[in-house]
Amino acid sequence: MDLQKELFQFNAQQMTRRAFLGRNSAGVGALSLALLQAKLSASSPENNFARGVVNPLHFPKKAKRVIYLSMAGGPSHLETFDPKPKLAAMHDQAMPESMTKGKQIAQLQGKELKCFGPQHPFRAFGKNGTEICELFPHIGSVIDEICLIRSMHTDAINHDPAHMFMNTGSQIAGRPSMGSWITYGLGCESQDLPGFVVLTSLGKGGQNQPIAARQWASGYLPSKFQGVQLRAKGDPVLYLTTPNGVSATQQKDVVQSINAVNAAHDRLVDDPEISARIAQYEMAFQMQSSVPELMDLSQEPAHVMDLYGCKPGDGSFAANCLLARRLAERGVRFIQLYHKDWDHHGGVKNGIELKASEIDRACMALITDLKQRGMLEETLIVWAGEFGRTPMSQGGSGRDHHNHGFSIWMAGGGIKPGVVYGNTDELGYEAVENPVAVHDMHATMLYLLGVDHLKLTVKFQGRDFRLTDVHGKILKPILV
Amino acid sequence: MSKRPVFYPIVFGWVSMSLCLMAQVEDKHEILFNRDIRPILSDNCFQCHGFDPKNRKADRRLDTREGALKEKDGVTAVVPGDIKASEMHRRIHSSDPDEVMPPPKNGKHLTKEQRALVDEWIRQGARYEPHWSYTPPTRKAVPTNAHPVDYFIEGRLATVGLRLSIEADKRTLARRAYMDLTGIPPTPDAVKEFENNESPDSFNRLVDTLIASAHYGERMAIPWLDVVRFADTIGYHSDNPRNVWPYRDYVINAFNQNKRFDQFTIEQLAGDLLPNSRLEQKVASAFNRLLLTTEEGGAQAKDYEARMLTDRVRAVGTVWLAQTIGCAQCHDHKFDPISTRDFYALGSFFADISEGVIGKREEGILVPTASEEQKLAELNSQITRFKNELRSESEERKIQQVEWEAGLSNGHTDVSWGILIPQKLHADRGSKLSHLGDGIIDVPAASSAASDSYFVTFKTPPGTTMGFKLEALSSESLPNKGPGRSPKGAFIINEITVKDGDHSLKVSEASASYESKTNPAKQAIDEKNDERNGWSNVGLIGQDTSIYLEMASPIPEGKLVTIILRQASGDNQTLGRFRISATQAPAPIRAPRVQYPEEILKIVGIPSQKRSSADSAKLASHFRATAPQFAELRRSITDAELALSNFEKSVAHCIVSIHTDNKRTVRILPRGDWQNDSGELIEPALPHYLPRSNVPDRPLTRLDLANWIVGKENPLTARVFVNRLWKQFFASGLSKVLDDLGTQGEPPLYAELLDWLACEFVESGWDVKHMVRLIVTSRAYRQTSVASRELMASDPYNRELSRQGRWRLEAEFVRDTALNVSGLLNKSIGGPSSRPYQPEGYWENLNFPARTYPNDKDDRQFRRGLYTWWQRSYLHPSMLAFDAPTREECTADRIRSNIPQQALVLLNDPTYVEAARNLAAKIVRLSGSDTPSRLAWAFYQVLQRAPSETESNELAALYQKHLSEFVAAPEFAESLMQVGISERPGTGSTPELAAWTSVARVLLNLHETITRS
Repeated sequence: MDLQKELFQFNAQQMTRRAFLGRNSAGVGALSLALLQAKLSASSPENNFARGVVNPLHFPKKAKRVIYLSMAGGPSHLETFDPKPKLAAMHDQAMPESMTKGKQIAQLQGKELKCFGPQHPFRAFGKNGTEICELFPHIGSVIDEICLIRSMHTDAINHDPAHMFMNTGSQIAGRPSMGSWITYGLGCESQDLPGFVVLTSLGKGGQNQPIAARQWASGYLPSKFQGVQLRAKGDPVLYLTTPNGVSATQQKDVVQSINAVNAAHDRLVDDPEISARIAQYEMAFQMQSSVPELMDLSQEPAHVMDLYGCKPGDGSFAANCLLARRLAERGVRFIQLYHKDWDHHGGVKNGIELKASEIDRACMALITDLKQRGMLEETLIVWAGEFGRTPMSQGGSGRDHHNHGFSIWMAGGGIKPGVVYGNTDELGYEAVENPVAVHDMHATMLYLLGVDHLKLTVKFQGRDFRLTDVHGKILKPILV
Repeated sequence: MSKRPVFYPIVFGWVSMSLCLMAQVEDKHEILFNRDIRPILSDNCFQCHGFDPKNRKADRRLDTREGALKEKDGVTAVVPGDIKASEMHRRIHSSDPDEVMPPPKNGKHLTKEQRALVDEWIRQGARYEPHWSYTPPTRKAVPTNAHPVDYFIEGRLATVGLRLSIEADKRTLARRAYMDLTGIPPTPDAVKEFENNESPDSFNRLVDTLIASAHYGERMAIPWLDVVRFADTIGYHSDNPRNVWPYRDYVINAFNQNKRFDQFTIEQLAGDLLPNSRLEQKVASAFNRLLLTTEEGGAQAKDYEARMLTDRVRAVGTVWLAQTIGCAQCHDHKFDPISTRDFYALGSFFADISEGVIGKREEGILVPTASEEQKLAELNSQITRFKNELRSESEERKIQQVEWEAGLSNGHTDVSWGILIPQKLHADRGSKLSHLGDGIIDVPAASSAASDSYFVTFKTPPGTTMGFKLEALSSESLPNKGPGRSPKGAFIINEITVKDGDHSLKVSEASASYESKTNPAKQAIDEKNDERNGWSNVGLIGQDTSIYLEMASPIPEGKLVTIILRQASGDNQTLGRFRISATQAPAPIRAPRVQYPEEILKIVGIPSQKRSSADSAKLASHFRATAPQFAELRRSITDAELALSNFEKSVAHCIVSIHTDNKRTVRILPRGDWQNDSGELIEPALPHYLPRSNVPDRPLTRLDLANWIVGKENPLTARVFVNRLWKQFFASGLSKVLDDLGTQGEPPLYAELLDWLACEFVESGWDVKHMVRLIVTSRAYRQTSVASRELMASDPYNRELSRQGRWRLEAEFVRDTALNVSGLLNKSIGGPSSRPYQPEGYWENLNFPARTYPNDKDDRQFRRGLYTWWQRSYLHPSMLAFDAPTREECTADRIRSNIPQQALVLLNDPTYVEAARNLAAKIVRLSGSDTPSRLAWAFYQVLQRAPSETESNELAALYQKHLSEFVAAPEFAESLMQVGISERPGTGSTPELAAWTSVARVLLNLHETITRS
């Protein structure tokens, strides 16, 4: 029944003014009434959840869903996916000023800029001998499934605005996150889970950057498209647990009574919001059982737990990857994981080693697990930080924030496997070959999901807004 | 799924058809540019043929008549009266994809009906009109006996074949008025009284009573707090708190006192600039500080200077002008005549506000109550008294000074220091601190972190400790011999804190044997967060240097004290070796070079009769500042100052606007790029496209801006406010897009009504209560909100206003309703934010610092929703679920959603469970003894009506079932009764109370309970 509202909203967004200008009471009413009735009959539970505003799709879809692995803090591309022997050779020498002059810089403002060689060796993996840091042998083992992009760049250089830019395509708070856009466009296939789910995990290095809830907010889109956080501790979804002393059946009784009284009231006032409310109570009640069932990893066989290398309920990134697979199986459209603690202003050498131990195996496991289940080809995986790190040293052991060039990877869902796209210059400073902007990444993700980023727009403050602002190009060379 | 594609064509068909109808019906009538044509041109043409010259194609403007009629290369877009000669006609009808306008690749398309309208407009002479909201509102005459609101609405409804719906029943009217005017539902008695009052003016009287209630101000404050983005925290990154709640009280009081809206506006934008501004006006100017700020390390001042400027421009644009001026940051506006220059000129008004661009906000000004103000005066006069006493001169003191001078010239005895042996050493980020013996603490290079905080714990030595000395020690093992760990041997200690357990001990003075100009010792105790703010040895590398700390209060012996050295430079400017000592000597505790500076020793060397009077004064003052015989008096001063500062801490603070003549420079940033310094310098100026008069011929100030905003010529302000006010009483504004009255907004169906109200607002002396009363006393306001299916279908958004609106209550009122009907609501007005229960760990993703959320443990727990602690990055989840905005951006219009999280909140949030068990206790204590009468009583409490038979049966069955279950398992009933901090009820058996709690939960969850109808 929410559909009805949604349709009205959609309708309103598309053509406010003219509709009202053109109204005169007789003829229009009859048509609308027919429309309304058609809708009422169509909103049976089965298709209530799957609908989005993009229908039919603009393009044939390659991927049905996205698992987005946000590496919060800004992983160093120079100790992960971007080998730079020249930087090693220039270790401790002055960074060429021609490269850095007039560019944004964060904590190294006014400091001497010296090259800082990669802190870990790189090694060739896979059929094409793709070089990545040897701290990531598990990712190396599935490198032939991955498309590595070494030429990413972004507009923002501080964590908070950079996350906003990555997630919403804007540095201004209040814009919808990509997960919201995508569920708004495509709807959700799950009947008892939200379309957009967020999981966070802490790193053990103590540099856990704050992540604001706005990173998964729906902005000016309807609230039902906001990301719902699943938590490892406490209620997995806020307020999911029945009050103390109230049994599950009693809770069910209460919900049934609420719905019964609401239905009685609806018969008097005939307000479509009431039937929507009743549906939400049903959904909420279903979530009270579906979410705990989802979160319960004890049902997973031992070999799967071993593959990911986690224990049930340990709140680790690996456990979240496994939950991501379970969410994907249940039809959740956009699953976003945050793993924090990549902010290596100092001690990048040890820091990356620790991070590798936390994510390497899990990433491999996710790809392998999805592949084994035949889900990889319909699931788009994205691994990305909010920016990269400077080729210059910070304090002799670390690297500062860096937005001119860094690495991300994608896999599955229509992405060409086993390729490397783009490159930074020989010191890893600037994306020089096939630079990829954040809007390009968004445009490509939407394309794979069957959505034209130019057409998925919403009118807000008088303007047609979209995820890609006024930019974005589809990265055709990395598509199957 | 399969039916989906069918829908939208129907929708489109509907619109097309209606336009078609209109075209047929109205082609005999005059086409009106603003109503019929501008929306088409704005949506489809202005992007490339509009105000913005940079994006203009073919040098063709269509937003002005002049541009449309201009001949260029033999082509004229519009030839009035002649469609054949008009290029526009040819292009919009062309079937050639390279010719047709708008170009298909832009994703735009004109419908057949739109093309027909454009043609007809050209045929009729292609008249343009200025955009409706940029022309002054005019006031159409209203017959004397008519209610102005009804006059306009009934007038239009008659022409479209509709009329006002019947009046709502009195109970609904009472609930509606209470919710709209106070946000708290009526009691059953209040409703009964109103129902029984048959006087014709009973409703107007009720309105008067409610408008006079102090809760009116609270209710009115909420949309205002949304639109100005009032919140308790800074927003970005660490999202730390700031002191700003007195501003909320200002807003509540302003509405309650019915402050003129022009005055309200001026005080917020420029209260600090008013002559002899009162405290209240200064607090109002906190408006300018409500934006987002950051404490993130590595944030660049110029970046955030630009962000803050744009934030403020968006705010003024949204709050008073409903203009999307923010869109003109990087380029001229595509739809409205707003230039990039307008954008920066508006931002330039705020360049005089004194504030740190990056870092922690200041504490703000004191906002004392009357009694606090008196106490402050007493404490201040006490300090003055002691200081005068110290300053005073006497023969005895002269003699003492001579003796003191003699001591100095003989070489003073230094304060004695006892080395402290650490009991515990620890660092936040992995640096390994080790004790080398003799109090020397070493940090090996291998373990050191780029930034780290060291924790040194020791027992205070015998006697009372008055101060500490931290020696930074050089060593061969350190780069450049240190004592710092940076490659150059530098360190910077950003902050030194002394703690007794969790309790911070105040350091009153810091001085050092070496201090540079940029990083003096005092920066180590100034509680500033900037990573470059601290005591540093840059300029004295490779040598020992010490910092001396004087404690504000003596520390008794045997205390376990921790000294924390926060070093946050991020580039290894941390200490490599150091030692801490303590002294029992009386204050002042200073570095020797400060206590006995060269200058003083030099003066002492001059015979007294030969000293200049300035030197004599300097010496006399130094004598008083350091000689032991004044120790007690100095202590009295310190104590009195401490008492003052402690008391000040208990007084409310508020960050406000403070003018500085040292204004930030503002330039046009090309494409909004803050790194580009090439743009022109910009002075404050009013938007060029809006009318003004009497602009002073001098640099303009915020006060000038404020005066213009509420000036006679400004066509927007009154419309904007009245339009938002309308939403509060009718579900949406007369012009639907509350934050955009520009060309992309909605031309109001009831333009004459909006204009009339705007004129009335200004002419009434910007009287808000008058406008509220005017709207809610209309017959239109009293209509029922129940719509027939036909009406619902023909006018789904109720734009014609032939019925009242119905909507789910605002988040705050959902909470207030539950607390009120359960008797828990704390109705006190104003004060600091409160902290209702919040799920544990909800703030787990906050950091710098990590923090927990302490629920209020007293009756502040039950304060109204609008006082909820507003954490921007993690707004209270119950509020968020019901669409309260995070207030990171100005929000003129809240979303109203219907999502499962709302059900989860009402079912499981302890606030609602506790409210339910308190309502249950009231039912058992106060109502009849049989279930039906108890149910009826409960319905009256919550909904002010009797239950229907269906409802009664449903809930009676629920009660019976749960009663028997709770009787069988009383321990469950017991734990349900323990939810929340409120007291257990005295009356009723636990299973009975628990079963009624189930019933109460149902009542609090009902759609009707949380709906204004």
